[in-house]
Amino acid sequence: MFTQRNVEKKGTVFIMKEMKILAPCGILGYGFPKESFLNGMAEKPDAIVVDAGSTDAGPHKLGEGVAIVSDEASRRDLELIITAAAQAGIPAIVGSAGGAGGRVHVERTMRIVASIIEEHRLQDLKTAVIWADIPKSFIKEKMKEGKIEKLGNLVKELTEERLDDSSGVVAQMGHEPIVKALREGAQLIICGRAYDPSPFAAVAAYYGFPLEYGYHAGKILECAALCAVPGTTKDCMLGTIREDGFIIRPLSGIRKCTPLSVAAHTFYEKEHPYILHGPGVVMNLEACGFEQYGENSVMVKGSRIEKAPHYQVKLEGAVRVAYRTFVIAGVRDPIMLSMLEEVERLVEEQTREYYADIDPGRYQIHFLNYGIDAVMGAAEPLAMEKGHEAGVLFEVIADTQELANVICSTLRSTFLHYGYPGRKSTAGNLAFPFAPSDIPFGPVYEFSVYHLMEITQEEMDGLFPVVFVDWEKEEQKWRPN
Amino acid sequence: MEAKLKDCKLYDLATVIRSKNSGPFQITLDVLFDDPEIYRKIKESGAISREHIAALYKMEESRIQQIVFFDTALGFKVTYDRSISSGTCGERDVYGAQQHAPLAEMSIRI
Repeated sequence: MFTQRNVEKKGTVFIMKEMKILAPCGILGYGFPKESFLNGMAEKPDAIVVDAGSTDAGPHKLGEGVAIVSDEASRRDLELIITAAAQAGIPAIVGSAGGAGGRVHVERTMRIVASIIEEHRLQDLKTAVIWADIPKSFIKEKMKEGKIEKLGNLVKELTEERLDDSSGVVAQMGHEPIVKALREGAQLIICGRAYDPSPFAAVAAYYGFPLEYGYHAGKILECAALCAVPGTTKDCMLGTIREDGFIIRPLSGIRKCTPLSVAAHTFYEKEHPYILHGPGVVMNLEACGFEQYGENSVMVKGSRIEKAPHYQVKLEGAVRVAYRTFVIAGVRDPIMLSMLEEVERLVEEQTREYYADIDPGRYQIHFLNYGIDAVMGAAEPLAMEKGHEAGVLFEVIADTQELANVICSTLRSTFLHYGYPGRKSTAGNLAFPFAPSDIPFGPVYEFSVYHLMEITQEEMDGLFPVVFVDWEKEEQKWRPN
Repeated sequence: MEAKLKDCKLYDLATVIRSKNSGPFQITLDVLFDDPEIYRKIKESGAISREHIAALYKMEESRIQQIVFFDTALGFKVTYDRSISSGTCGERDVYGAQQHAPLAEMSIRI
C-alpha cells in the first residue's frame, strides 16, 4: 500500500524512518516560550499540532458560545504557529478550535486566523476547516435506532425535548477527517471538536506510522510539557514517531522527561490509567515500556490499539438550567462564626417566609463557607476546625435573572442585619469586599448531552465535513467584526 | 529482622496526589510514588479499597467506578461519579481539582 512515507525527491524514493510533531502548548492561547518553539522548529518537524479544547471549564463555554482564552492570547500563539509552519512548508493543525469546538467557537478562531493571513499575506496557504456540529435531526434519528447511549451513571437520559432545549451539539472527531484534509493538501487545518489526541494521530496515520503510537503520543503531547519535570502546559515538546515506538522530548533546557514522569502522565484526567477509549478505537497501554532516551527524553514502546466493536463518537451539548445572583462576604465576629451554619439556615428560612407567595420550586439558595467546608461540602473531614474568619459566598439560583436578583437582595439584607441569639456585633454581620454587593451572574448551564453515538464510516464524511477556504474570495466573510 | 511498622499519611508518602474531572460526570484521584518499595507496600496493604475510600468521602460505594493500580507508573487511580455534573447548580469545584484532601489524609501502616 502506498503511504506518504515513500517521499520522492529528484526521482529517488526515500522512506521516512521517523516523523516529528512539534506541540507548542497544552491549550492554544496559554502561551509558550518563543525560544523553545524555535528549538523545535530547528528540529525540522513534519507538523505543528495544538489542542485548543477542553470540557474542564464546565458547560458554560459550550452553552453560551464563549472561549476559554482571550482572542488576543489565541492570536499571539496562532501567529507564531501559522507563520512558522507556512515558512517551513509543514502543516499546522488546531484541534477543538475556540475551546468547545462548536460552530461559533470555530468561527471565532477563523476570524483570528483571517487577520493573521491578511497581515502576513498568506492568502495562498491552503486552509481547511473541519466542522464537528451534529444536526439535532440526525441525533433524533439515531435515538430512534437505539444508537445513542449515555456515558456514565449520572448522565440524564436524552429526550427529544432535552435535545431541543440544548445548545448546538458537537461530536469529538477521530483522526480520519483530519487525514482526509491532509491528503487533500491542507497546510492549515482548523478542527471543530476533536478527541484531544486525534490531530496528532492523524499526522502519524497520514505519514503511514503506527496509529497506536500516533494516538498514545497524542495523548501525551496534547498537554505539551505537562509530562516533563517540572511540568507545565505552557512549554513546547517534540514527539518523534517511529515504526517501533515514539520519543517524547522537552524543548526547553530547564525540563526533563523521565520514564516515571511520562508513564505517570498516562493517568492524567482519564477514568482508567491504561485503557483509553477514543472515536472508533480502544487503546491499551498496560504493556507499555517507558525508557530513558538520551539525557532528557523518553522512548515509549508497546502501546496497543484495537478497533472498537462499534464506531462511536462522543456527543457534547449543554442546556441552560437557571440564572444566578451571588454575594461574596467575610465573617470575622467570633460568636457569629461559631454558629454560622445555624444563622444561614435561619436567614434562608426568613427569606423564604417573606416570599411565601413565590413557588419555592422556582429558586434555590446555597451557602459556600470558605474556611470551613466550601470545597468539599459534606465530605469535608475537618469542617469543625474553624479559623478566626471565614469567607461566605451565597447564591440564589432561579428560573429568571430578575427573580434571582430579587431573592438574593432580600437574602443579603436579612443576613446582614439578622439578630442571632447572643449577638453583640449589632451593626452588621457581613464584611462586603465590593460595592455593589450583589452580582447578577447570568445563565447557568448543565451538560445535557454526554452520550456516545454509533456512526458508520459512510456517515463520517457528512458529520465532519472538510471545507477548504479560499482566502481571496472569503476575506470579507472572516474579517474581524 | 522485620522493620517496625508505622503509620504514615498518604500525602507524605506520595510524590503526586491529585484530583481532576475525568469528563464532566466523574472525578478521578491519582496517587503516584517514586519509590517502588513504598508503592508495593501500599498496593499490598489492602488499604486502598472501595469500602475505605467510600468512608473517607462519605459516599456510597456504588459511586466508585474503579480502583486500578498501574505498576509501570508506580501509581493508582480511583474514579468515582460526581454528585452533580461539572458546573451545574450546586457546584463547588468545576475542575474537580481540589477533591484529593480526604485521600491525602488517609493513614496507612507500612
